Amino acid sequence: MSTLKTFSIGGVHPAENKISAGRAIEVLEPPKQAFIPLNQNLGAPAKPLVNKGDEVKVGQLIANGEAFISSNVHSSVSGKVLKIDTITDTSGYKRPAVFITVEGDEWDPSIDRTETIIKDIKLSQKEIIDRIKEMGIVGLGGATFPSHVKLMVPDGKKAEYLLINGVECEPYLTSDHQLMLSKGEEILIGTKILMKGLGVQKAFIGIENNKPDAIRHLSGLAESFEGITIVPLKVKYPQGGEKQLIKAVINREVPSGKLPIEVGAVVHNVGTAFAVYEAIQKNKPLIERVVTLTGKPVSRPSNFMVRIGTPISQLFEKAGGLPENAGKIISGGPMMGKALISLETPVVKGTSGILVMEEKDSARVEIKPCIRCGRCVSVCPMGLEPLLLSQLSKREMWDKAENERIMDCIECGSCHYICPSGRPLLDYIRLGKNKVGQIIRNRGKK
Amino acid sequence: MNMLTVSGSPHVHGDDSVKKIMYGVVYAMIPAILVSVYFFGLDALKILVISSVACIFFEWIVQKYILKGPNTINDGSALVAGILLAFNVPANLPVWMIIVGAFVTIVVAKMSFGGLGKNPFNPALVGRIFLLISFPVQMTSWPLPKPVFGGTALMDAVTGPTPLGLMKEQLKMGQSIPDIMQMPEMPGYINELMGNQGGSLGEISAIALILGALYMLIRKIITWHTPVAYLLTFFAFTGIMHLIDPMQYASPFFHLVTGGLMLGVFFMATDMVTTPIAFRGMLIFGIGAGLLTAIIRLWGAYPEGVAFAILIMNGFTPLINRAFKPRRFGEKVAQA
Ligand code: SF4
Ligand code: SF4
Repeated sequence: MSTLKTFSIGGVHPAENKISAGRAIEVLEPPKQAFIPLNQNLGAPAKPLVNKGDEVKVGQLIANGEAFISSNVHSSVSGKVLKIDTITDTSGYKRPAVFITVEGDEWDPSIDRTETIIKDIKLSQKEIIDRIKEMGIVGLGGATFPSHVKLMVPDGKKAEYLLINGVECEPYLTSDHQLMLSKGEEILIGTKILMKGLGVQKAFIGIENNKPDAIRHLSGLAESFEGITIVPLKVKYPQGGEKQLIKAVINREVPSGKLPIEVGAVVHNVGTAFAVYEAIQKNKPLIERVVTLTGKPVSRPSNFMVRIGTPISQLFEKAGGLPENAGKIISGGPMMGKALISLETPVVKGTSGILVMEEKDSARVEIKPCIRCGRCVSVCPMGLEPLLLSQLSKREMWDKAENERIMDCIECGSCHYICPSGRPLLDYIRLGKNKVGQIIRNRGKK
Repeated sequence: MNMLTVSGSPHVHGDDSVKKIMYGVVYAMIPAILVSVYFFGLDALKILVISSVACIFFEWIVQKYILKGPNTINDGSALVAGILLAFNVPANLPVWMIIVGAFVTIVVAKMSFGGLGKNPFNPALVGRIFLLISFPVQMTSWPLPKPVFGGTALMDAVTGPTPLGLMKEQLKMGQSIPDIMQMPEMPGYINELMGNQGGSLGEISAIALILGALYMLIRKIITWHTPVAYLLTFFAFTGIMHLIDPMQYASPFFHLVTGGLMLGVFFMATDMVTTPIAFRGMLIFGIGAGLLTAIIRLWGAYPEGVAFAILIMNGFTPLINRAFKPRRFGEKVAQA
């Protein structure tokens, strides 16, 4: 057997803990009230199109993403607009959101809700891109970059390969895994659509080897899809990072500060491929997604199909309640997720999972002096020196930090994870990245 | 809900800790400890215990009354320094000298810089060199091994030269290498590998040291970079000199199994605090230490060069860290 592909610099292997892996996706009822944030994408927020008191249907456009990097927002429920107000999002910021009181479940009639799988792709390249934009599709891996923008290849660049990210390298999360098992064919059609939208002949779907059933299932299906290859990958975090995935699958390195298109690649998540299928073939906007609810104290770790805007507390009702000993609740995985301050935060397009950790596991380890062991350096997938970067940030030496490529940090947390002295390296590096980013932007303005 | 813990990612931590690493090093030293006790008997045990206790004690005192920081003696680093210092001295060193050595190791070389992680030079090596310079006679009169089984145990220790020392002496007197190797005082390769030769406590058995090194490699306490670069450079250099003039320069195999080479390569040159942090830097450090060790051994005044070589390279560590950065992602654009 040939050795499995993976990226070459750094990486760690945290305990996988995929305790919800065997749980088939359950459809969650619409909530009684939905909070739909206007900014569910990287970039500018969308402009609301509804007012207090308006009646909305499922799938109706309620906010318009006008800016280049922005994205439309649709209602995920039917009912009456209660108000437009702010809500605390998963990162703890207050964001404007449309509050909808749910009445019934009435869908926009143009949406095809049947189970029939439509293989034929009728739209042209341009129509595909337009429709993806219209349907409010953003990257579902967590970064929520508007998907249509990725398909618009800048002048002078050429796309050669489409990479579909089915890695799901974060411990605990299983939403992509279950989606691949239950919606394999749709994902492959979605991949075909993205290939057409991008104008490439070849696509790879990278999946880590801890999901052999998904690899088998998709490989079988892919035989009838020309140009799509399934690539099993060695299990190593953070292989789901765009740059790491590209390195692992096509052995190219995206240069510092550049986008994947620089080396001819465009990366989309499997969840995005599925959403694209639904948008193009079924006329369905992005109004729901798969969310893993998991954690050792959770009595029923599950994978749910959830309407966007559903309060997170609602997920717990279905999963056996909020565990008594919950110490920390995280939106996303344990390596890159955000700790929540409130359970009234809604599920948004970028929510891949909700993870509950016990008090004893969520307490950070005691911080000791750096013993200069170099472990943080050897695990950094970007080839950086985390101990140095964190020191430079702490001492506010921004120029130096920029020279040491602090902006290349993908915030994967591997350095912090591995440090035997428990040093909060990423906390400082994040701070440094904010500062240096500001300095760079100001420079651009002059 | 305000009872939830909120902090930045990552929310999980690997199970490594400073303590685990340090005790891993201690476990790795067990084979060499056993060999030293086998060949030098209770003397070795006495030195090991006194050195360790003294190091831990000094660290505790300084931590409690001078630095007034958190207690660090539990992290195991003082114990590691204590054993390493013992490894670097002859088994018949007077007790008070080893205590002085422990003082220099901990108080001067480690704590005066602020403690673990802040010292630029390997503390045990500083202790060794201090003792060597202050008490040259006691530090170079080596008890000959008196194995517990089949030896002349319980006799007063007989002293004699180490193989390296013998070689240096004889070369000065004009003898050629082949003649020196034939001398009855030369222990021969098998004995040198096993540890049946004169020398400091922890350096006599290459096999025991390699066993410990394997353990550290498997547990990922150390990486291969420094040791491999060190050994290859040293072997190549002494090998070339041997090929050029076999009368004057001993075989590289002889050099590998005698003196403190293996101890230095696996337990001192891999000290995380005082050596480079990135793989490239580790390779450079290893090459430099290998070269310096060979040069000092072949042409220096001392028969041994490992301690000086590593200390000198410790001095270069900050520079190496600055000059040899890790390979950045995207630095060379590899094409499929
Ligand atoms: S991993 Fe931690 S202790 Fe080791 S060098 Fe990095 S910051 Fe220092
Ligand atoms: S410095 Fe950034 S990219 Fe490197 S390991 Fe740490 S978080 Fe990951």
